[in-house]
Amino acid sequence: MSGRPVGEVTLSVEAVSLAFGGVKALSEVSFDVREHEVRAIIGPNGAGKSSMLNVLNGVYHPQQGKIRFQGREFEDMDSHEAAAMGIARTFQNIALFKGMTVLDNIMTGRNLKMHCNFLQQALWIGPARREELEHRRAVEEIIDFLEIQHVRKTPVGRLPYGLQKRVELGRALAAEPKVLLLDEPMAGMNLEEKQDMCRFVLDVNDHFGTTIVLIEHDMGVVMDISDRVVVLDYGRKIADGSPSEVRGNQKVIDAYLGVAHSA
Amino acid sequence: MATDIGKLDTFPKLLMHHALVRGARPAIREKDLGIWQTWTWKEFADEVRFVACGLAGLGLARGEHFALVGDNRPRFYATMAAAQCLGAIPVPLYQDAVATEMAFPIQNASIEFAFAEDQEQVDKLLEILPQCPTLRKICFDDPKGLRHYAQPELVPYDRLLEAGRENYRRDPAFLETEIAKGSGGDTAAMFFTSGTTGVPKGVVHTHASLLVPARTAAELEGLGENDVILAYLPPAWIGQNIFSCAQAFVTGYCIACPEASETVMADMREIGPTYYFAPPRVLENLLTQVSIRIQDLWWGGRWAYGYFMAVANRVGGKILEGKPVPIGERLLYYLGELFLYGPLRNVLGMSRVKVGYTAGEAIGPDLFRFYRSIGINLKQLYGSTETAVFVCIQPDGQVKPDTVGPAVRGVELKFTPERELLIRSPGLFKEYYRNAQATSEAKDAEGWFHTGDAGFVDPDGHLKIIDRVKDVGGLADGTLFAPKYLENKLKFFPHIREAVCFGDRRDRVCAFINIDPDAVGNWAEKRNMPYSGYTDLASRDEVYELVRECIERVNADLAGEPEIANSQIHRFLILHKELDADDGELTRTRKVRRRIVGEKYDSLVAALYSASRSVHVEAQIKYEDGRSGIYSADLKIRDAKVFAPAAGKRAA
Repeated sequence: MSGRPVGEVTLSVEAVSLAFGGVKALSEVSFDVREHEVRAIIGPNGAGKSSMLNVLNGVYHPQQGKIRFQGREFEDMDSHEAAAMGIARTFQNIALFKGMTVLDNIMTGRNLKMHCNFLQQALWIGPARREELEHRRAVEEIIDFLEIQHVRKTPVGRLPYGLQKRVELGRALAAEPKVLLLDEPMAGMNLEEKQDMCRFVLDVNDHFGTTIVLIEHDMGVVMDISDRVVVLDYGRKIADGSPSEVRGNQKVIDAYLGVAHSA
Repeated sequence: MATDIGKLDTFPKLLMHHALVRGARPAIREKDLGIWQTWTWKEFADEVRFVACGLAGLGLARGEHFALVGDNRPRFYATMAAAQCLGAIPVPLYQDAVATEMAFPIQNASIEFAFAEDQEQVDKLLEILPQCPTLRKICFDDPKGLRHYAQPELVPYDRLLEAGRENYRRDPAFLETEIAKGSGGDTAAMFFTSGTTGVPKGVVHTHASLLVPARTAAELEGLGENDVILAYLPPAWIGQNIFSCAQAFVTGYCIACPEASETVMADMREIGPTYYFAPPRVLENLLTQVSIRIQDLWWGGRWAYGYFMAVANRVGGKILEGKPVPIGERLLYYLGELFLYGPLRNVLGMSRVKVGYTAGEAIGPDLFRFYRSIGINLKQLYGSTETAVFVCIQPDGQVKPDTVGPAVRGVELKFTPERELLIRSPGLFKEYYRNAQATSEAKDAEGWFHTGDAGFVDPDGHLKIIDRVKDVGGLADGTLFAPKYLENKLKFFPHIREAVCFGDRRDRVCAFINIDPDAVGNWAEKRNMPYSGYTDLASRDEVYELVRECIERVNADLAGEPEIANSQIHRFLILHKELDADDGELTRTRKVRRRIVGEKYDSLVAALYSASRSVHVEAQIKYEDGRSGIYSADLKIRDAKVFAPAAGKRAA
C-alpha cells in the first residue's frame, strides 16, 4: 500500500513479555517492522496493543525479551532515548496542551532538535534566532502538509476532535521521526474524518518515508492502508501477515467472534 | 502617471514596463508558510519570462488556447501572463467545477495545454482526458500527492521553470520579439460564462477590450501603485481577473493572495486592502457574523451598539459623501467612530478600504447602508463578462442604494421598447468562441450588445436594473411580473436565503422559500426550539409564521408600487432542502435557475396553485456521514395576506 518500496527490518521485538504484578499483559510476543511499511497491530479489547506500543517507545519496561532498533539491541527502551533515536507517537486519548495554540503545540515536537540553551533562547542571542526561524519553518511546512493553516493560532482546546487528532499527528511529525507509533488515530471519528486521516497517514508514509506502526479498531481502515498486520489476543501473538492472510485466519476469526464452547 | 497607452497595449508589454519603472515595488504577495511572501514587479516579470520560455519549449504557439484551473496564486497569474507573452490565449476555468463541466471548454477550444494548481485539479483533468484527446500537457504547481503520477502529460511547474530559465539564457531575444509581436487588437483571454442558460459560451476579449475599461475605472477611482487588493474570488470569473490582472497591470498596484479559502477573513485583516470587491452575498455573511457576535454581548454593550448604529444610520452616509450634518450629530458620530465604527472596520479588515465595489446581484438597502454608515466607501457597479465588467459605476458622492450609477466614460446605453438594455463600449467582447449564431444574437450589426437585462435610466442619469428581460413576464391579467425583483425583496430579510417566485401567465404569484439556516437556527435557539437540521427546521409552524410575516411586509411594500401591486405573493411553501449548485438548481455564482427549479419541483408548483394545504414530497438526500436515504414528508403550504393597491402613493 505504501508508496515507497518496503526495505529491510528496522525495528523488531523478540519474545517480549510484560507483566503488571500477576497480570500478564504480553507474553513472548515477537514481530518485526520493515522500513517504510505501514504495520498494524490489531486485537480485541485488552489484547495488549497499547502495552506493546508503550514497550516500543520506552514507557513500559518488559521483564523479558529484546528490542532491536536500527541494528542496536536493547533490553528495554528509555522513552527519552527512543525519541532521540527517531520514534515518535500519538496517544489514544489526545495528549496536547489544550491552552496553547496549534502552532505552539507542534513547536513542542521540535524540542529535541533545539540546541540553544535556555539563556540564549530567553535573551535571543547567539544562534537562537536562526534556530527559531528554522524550527518555525519546519512547523509551518507540517501545518501546510496537514492543511490546518486556518487554525494556526487557535488554542487546541477549542478545536473539534478530528482536528485535535491531526494536530497531535503534526506534533509527532515535528520530531522528524523514522518510526511513527499511532495509537488508534481514527477512534471516535466520523466517516469523513477517518478518510482524511487515512489520507494523511498514507501521505506521511509516502512523502516523508516514515515507517508507521498503528493500532486501529476499524477493520476497514486496517485492511485498506496497512502492508502487514499482527494480531494479539490475551497478550499473545495469534497471527501475523498480509491483511488478506490475517482476515482468513481461523484463530483471528475466533478471537473476534468468539468460539462455541462444547460441553 | 505618464504612461503611454498607445505603445503599452498588451498585458505582457505592461508587465515588462512595470518591471522597468517600479521593479522593486510589490507586484503580488502570497501568504505561504505563515508569512506574506512578496514578489516584486521585477521578480514577477522574470518568473513570467522563464515560464513563457518553458512553455515555448513545450510547443505552445501563438493563437492557441491554454486552460488554467486553480485558486488565486502568484504562479497561476505568472503562467497566465506567460501564455499571453507567447500570444497564446489563457482560458481560466472555475476551480470548483466538477470534471465533466471542464470537458466542454477544453473540447470547444481544442485546448492542448493546461495549468492545474494541485492534485485535486490534476485528477479532474486526467479524468476527462479520454474525452479531450487534444489535451497534451498538464503543468501542475503543488506537487503534494502527485509523486507517483507517471502520466506522460504531467509537467511539474518547477521543471518547466528550470527548462525555461535555460531556454531564456540561450536566446533572450526570442521572448522580447514574441512580446513585441502582440498588439491591442489580439485576443487576450477567454472566459466561459457561468451558464445561467444552457451551454457555457466562451467570451473572447482582446487586450484592448480588457485594458481600456480597466484603465478608465482606475482613473475614475484614482487607483495607483500604492493600492492593495485581496484576490479571493475565483480567477475564472472575469471580475476577479480584471481586479487582479488587468487593473493591476494598468496601475501597478499589489495583489495579495490569501493562504486558503478558510483564512480569507484573517488574511484580509492582516493585509488591509485599499481596494475591495465583494458580491452582496459575502457582505451579508460578514454582517450576519457581526450581528451574531453582538447578540452575545452583555446588555450594556448591545445597547451601545444599537444606539451608535442608529447614529451611523442617520448621518454616516452623509458624512461619507461630505454633505452637511448638524454639529451635535457629527460629534456623536465621531464618538462612535472612536469606539465602534473604527474597531468594527478593523475587525472586518476594511480599515484601509478606499474603494469597495459590490455587484452581481441586487444588494439589500439595509445591508448597503450598513457598510456606508460605518465609513466604508462601498459602491455598486454594473457589468457582465461580455462588457469586461465596467459599464456603470456609482461615483463618489452620488451613491443611491437602488441604482447602479451612471455609465462610465466611453460607454453608451440605450433601450429597446421591451426595456432591454443595450450597451456599446470599448470593453465589449469580440465574439463568442466558435459560436457565430450566439454572437450575432447578442451583438448587432451596429455593435450594440443586448444584455438581456430590463431596466431604465432615472432622472439623474443612473441606471436601474429590474430583472432579466426574458423573466419579466405578465400575470394572466396582463400586469407586469418581475420575479427577481420580488425575490430580491424577500432575500433582503435575514431569515430568507433564497426565494423562487412563480406567476408568469398565471392569475397570481406564489413562491418557494429557502430559509437561512444560520439566522433561523440562531432564532430557534433563542426560543429554546430544538431541531435536528435544515429539513426539520424548515417544516416548523413557527418558522412558517416567521416567513409569512416577511412575505406580508413585502406585500405591503408592493401595494405601494402601482405598476407591480398585483404581483403580491399569495401562497408559499418552504422547501425541504437548500437549493444547491451541485444539483443544478443554482449556477456556480449562486444565482437561482428558476426554470430548472420549476421543472424539477413541478408537483410542488402545481400544489401551490391548487387549494391544498400540503403536498407530499419524496426526495433522495445525502446525510453528512456519507449515507443516503429517501426523505418523504408532507410540505405545508400557507397563505399570505395581500393588500389593496394604494394608488399612486408609496407605502412607508
